[in-house]
Amino acid sequence: MGLLDQKFESSNVVITTMDDLLNWARLSSLWQMQFGLACCAIEMMAASASNFDMMRFGVIPRATPRQCDVMIVSGTVTLKMASRIKRLYDQMSEPRYVISMGSCSNCGGPYWEHGYHVLKGVDRVIPVDVYVPGCPPRPEALIEGLIKLQEKIRNESLVQKKAV
Amino acid sequence: MTAQEINEILKAQFGDAVLEGKLENVPDPFVKVQPERILEIAAFVRSDERLQFDYLMCLSGVDYKGKLGVTYHLYSMVHRHKFVLKVEVPTETPNIPSVESVWKTADWHEREAFDLYGINFTGHPDLRRILLPYDWEGYPLRKDYQTPEYYNGMKVPY
Amino acid sequence: MTETTETIKTSTGRVLRTEEMVVNMGPQHPSTHGVLRLEVVLDGEIVVDVIPHMGYLHRCFEKHCEHMTNYQQVVPYVDRMDYVAAMTNEFAYVVAAEKLLKIEVPERVHYIRIIMSELQRIASHLIAIGTFGIDMGAFTPFLYYFRDREKILELFEMTCGARLLYNYIWIGGLSHDLPPGFIEKTKEFCKDFKTTLKEVNDLLNYNEIFIKRTANVGVLPKDLAINYACSGPMLRGSGVNFDLRRDDPYTMYDKFEWDVIVGKGEMGAVGDVWDRNMVRQREMWESLRIIEQAIASLPEGDVQKAIPKRIRPVPGDAYGRVEGPRGELGFYIVAEDSVTPYRIKARAPAFVNLSVINEISKGAMLADLVAIIGSIDIVLGEVDR
Repeated sequence: MGLLDQKFESSNVVITTMDDLLNWARLSSLWQMQFGLACCAIEMMAASASNFDMMRFGVIPRATPRQCDVMIVSGTVTLKMASRIKRLYDQMSEPRYVISMGSCSNCGGPYWEHGYHVLKGVDRVIPVDVYVPGCPPRPEALIEGLIKLQEKIRNESLVQKKAV
Repeated sequence: MTAQEINEILKAQFGDAVLEGKLENVPDPFVKVQPERILEIAAFVRSDERLQFDYLMCLSGVDYKGKLGVTYHLYSMVHRHKFVLKVEVPTETPNIPSVESVWKTADWHEREAFDLYGINFTGHPDLRRILLPYDWEGYPLRKDYQTPEYYNGMKVPY
Repeated sequence: MTETTETIKTSTGRVLRTEEMVVNMGPQHPSTHGVLRLEVVLDGEIVVDVIPHMGYLHRCFEKHCEHMTNYQQVVPYVDRMDYVAAMTNEFAYVVAAEKLLKIEVPERVHYIRIIMSELQRIASHLIAIGTFGIDMGAFTPFLYYFRDREKILELFEMTCGARLLYNYIWIGGLSHDLPPGFIEKTKEFCKDFKTTLKEVNDLLNYNEIFIKRTANVGVLPKDLAINYACSGPMLRGSGVNFDLRRDDPYTMYDKFEWDVIVGKGEMGAVGDVWDRNMVRQREMWESLRIIEQAIASLPEGDVQKAIPKRIRPVPGDAYGRVEGPRGELGFYIVAEDSVTPYRIKARAPAFVNLSVINEISKGAMLADLVAIIGSIDIVLGEVDR
């Protein structure tokens, strides 16, 4: 935690960069889209329920894409669903992130060969930041994926211009 | 009631419409019936006092290569007996009367068989695709189905 | 959208009309339990018509079965069909396959399968009631139930290494025997879990707000339930005393003592949402009874019968069914003279139960539609396959 390393001792003044402050705020409250697709959605539910409690990382499920920072694609993306996922992604406001959870949304999973109606990887329609492997991934794996995403956000810069 | 007795009742009522079947040494005894008369037979087996097949467990389409078939698994909540009816039609003219008016549950099962096999259930009130998108081409569970290369600009094979 | 439903004349003779409105619910909606899409035709707040659109999770299960190299390989795909109750899915498939292949399994296998399937029924009902509570605005039962569901998942995990999709019940037996310590942990779970059940029963099912939201909503009459071939808690909630475990016994369910729970209409009409929910709640007690009896009389012996890896059945077909948490789960298998299944059709209870939604939600309020969907307890992986 780059920001909290500096202690609040006498004068309640913290000196940090704008980037660090913004990133710290962003990564500590990643609002997640409440959106389950398949088997992995049950593990996602388990991850946000009592035993794993994803809310301690600031991950709160929201029902509308317009309030969300991160979309967890939890399960098989079918061709019928793909255009809807694209639309949901477009409705999210920037900066937005995508975690692809489970083998199905990574690459088609067990349906890669004969799945005539399965999209082989959600990255064919939307960009993905973190891939979480597993069929289905355990809640711990999903939480690790979230921490990886937090690391990514920590090293970003919203203030400086990006190199193209 | 045993499968033989059910078969006797059907034979007595419908005669030639009941084709051959297998009643012994199979997991589920069945008879094949003429596809054109399936609605009539379905209405009979549901309302007849001795049979009362009021519960349609399952309705499945099958592709027998050259022929398309539909299998009806029947169960009676009153008498607690089971029976299986089968119909077969040529793939070129897959028309089978719908039994939706007899068992409401057949509605979605028939839509599914239409969706995946292209069986045309005549008299069905709302026969459209149920699982696949409405603009999908072909019937995927047929044995000669080829997976399309692209659907709406998305590549389908791995 | 332009159809006139009601015409009112004012005192001055002006004609006022109300128009129907179409609201799209899903596929991304927190209370559709997955990717179901409902096209709801509304007159004000009253539901006039509901048109469900499925297939957003159609994963081609039946096509995959036809491409497997043997009958055993279908089991992992069966797991992924109804991912909330994977054990009972395997159980149903294996019952159908063993009926087709004429395989008898050792007695110990039957007992372990029953223990697993009843534990899975509890786990599935915990999700069903927990998420139904969320739909009705009660968040606490969800947390309580998920806490206890994790204990069941731990039991499964120590048995076969997986939390959700097990690949444990195989044709001709099981993949492994029970691990050491399983019996003690299950006994402990059965003891502890009764406290939670009592607690949540008071907290949720007899809560005044909950009763107001669910009683007399979405009433499904008996004859309609049978005609739509509803099954499981949906059918029993409507007052039909029918359970496959008792009325068409498979494996060894006839050896145990337990009761079939039937909806009685305690809070309103028979077959309303409250009844269906209560059938699930009370079924968990019965499942506990079965587990306790099965553990007490668990016989010793092998758990895998020696069968060839690539089984070549006699051409024919078989339909096997079991009572899953959602209802009658059946598999219709057509075999030809080959090691690959020729055709497998899954008779998914959620698919059939969902087809009645249009009938039971006409005339309800839009908010009640959420209660009705929750009470059907659909799993979209099973509806769409």
